[in-house]
Amino acid sequence: MRLYFRYFAIYLRGLMEYRASFVMTLLSQFVSSFTGVLAVYFMMERFHTVEGFTFPQVLLCFATVLMAFSLAECFFRGFDTFSSMLGNGQFDRMLVRPRGIVFQVVASRVDLSRLGRLLQAVVIFCYALPASGVSWTPDKVLTLVLMVVCGMLVFSGLFIIYASICFFTIQGLEFINIFTDGGREFGQYPFVIYGKEVLRFFTYIVPLALFQYYPFLYLIGRSRWRGYMLFPLLSLLFLIPCAVLWRVGLRHYRSTGS
Amino acid sequence: MKKYLSFFRIRFLNSLQYRAAAYAGMATQFFWGGMLVLMYRAFYRADAAAFPMAFQQTASYVWLQQAFLWLFMTWGYDNEIFAQITQGTIAYELARPIPVYSMWFLKQAANRSAGAFLRCIPVLTVSFLLPKPYGLMLPDSIQTLLLFLMTLVLGFFTMLAFQMLAYILVFYTMSPSGVRMVMATAGEFLSGGLIPIPFMPQKMQDILTLTPFAAMQNLPLRVYIGDIAGGELANAVILQLFWLAALLFVGNLWIRRALRRVVVQGG
Repeated sequence: MRLYFRYFAIYLRGLMEYRASFVMTLLSQFVSSFTGVLAVYFMMERFHTVEGFTFPQVLLCFATVLMAFSLAECFFRGFDTFSSMLGNGQFDRMLVRPRGIVFQVVASRVDLSRLGRLLQAVVIFCYALPASGVSWTPDKVLTLVLMVVCGMLVFSGLFIIYASICFFTIQGLEFINIFTDGGREFGQYPFVIYGKEVLRFFTYIVPLALFQYYPFLYLIGRSRWRGYMLFPLLSLLFLIPCAVLWRVGLRHYRSTGS
Repeated sequence: MKKYLSFFRIRFLNSLQYRAAAYAGMATQFFWGGMLVLMYRAFYRADAAAFPMAFQQTASYVWLQQAFLWLFMTWGYDNEIFAQITQGTIAYELARPIPVYSMWFLKQAANRSAGAFLRCIPVLTVSFLLPKPYGLMLPDSIQTLLLFLMTLVLGFFTMLAFQMLAYILVFYTMSPSGVRMVMATAGEFLSGGLIPIPFMPQKMQDILTLTPFAAMQNLPLRVYIGDIAGGELANAVILQLFWLAALLFVGNLWIRRALRRVVVQGG
């Protein structure tokens, strides 16, 4: 852990050398994810509710997913650029170092420019937390924290799958973006609005709904069942196949030789 | 035209090599389109009266958008061009017998239309076969179809002319990421890439109709679904021609000024 902070500090210092560029990227990230909020706003202004969810409630859901995603992107970005790591031999160097591989991949890249999105999520939370009409008792706060943290881990799991596939193909396969970027984009609304089949898919196959939809029901008081509170933890089961795939990939790995 | 065709051929053959990427792209587009249609269905159920057009029109808009994504995506920049500007290999371009602006414009047009050509057929076919309100509908007459194709081409050129400005801007900023990202996302939103323009508030629609953004994907797609017709259509086409000419003019003028500042040092 201390080593990670060392890495982290180095990145921070490196970043501050190019402060203007950093601020620009941050700002443009903020602006670009703002259009998403605007689209939701226009839709909700026209239709008022969707499946009975109001605008602040949708925003709450939106911000949760956005925050989970951008945290995952910030800290687990190394997996996202994994194909280039394999291609240029950086990964081979990692293999000979006396530290865990996963740790090194994670520490190899901390992408703070993604904080623009995080900032967006924070701003939306500032509006939605009071406006959604939820009375923030400790258990509800805990639910929200679980949603964000488990969401981050599930998105990271998807990044790991993406990286594991690179072991076999060297090139990254873009289709996993359906679930990462797609999860972020369509997770703006509670998954139930897309219909039963989609909800089922995002519950049992790629468990985005487990941290987005079910605990959200409890959060906004649509369901009184406390069990929903712990549903985000269930989504962590998804990390098992991710880890297995990673292991298999690692064993299968042959250097590209460059 | 001949230059365009040769660029098109290179790109087309090139993208045939990366079939896996094309399949992956197609899968993404089916998923994206399907999810969007389902999302609009939810809103339709919430309040059908607030829907600015028939549901099937919206579904068709979504599928056409996915099919022709490659023509109209605002974030699809050509990194080669950025690299040429920032690393100075533009010197080679200047030595060629075609003006840089036309060269880049043609190259973009070829790259994008080659990409779209490969991808639009499966998306159009499958979405056409989908059950009634969720799939792509046929245009109501041959005339509509022809008008659609005409505005599609003009809209595509408008889009390219707009994007050329982003390239030229890099002559001044030298760091391509910030400005172009804002231009891409703002452009996407304003041209109806996230939600169709008719879903926006009335005031915003009135303003956007006059801008070049409405002349990009908005116009052809809405012509196809029959949302814009008659006198409104005539006005829109005139505006489209105006913006296309204006953007081309500004771009050409600007790149000439930018190039005057370029110093090629040799070596």
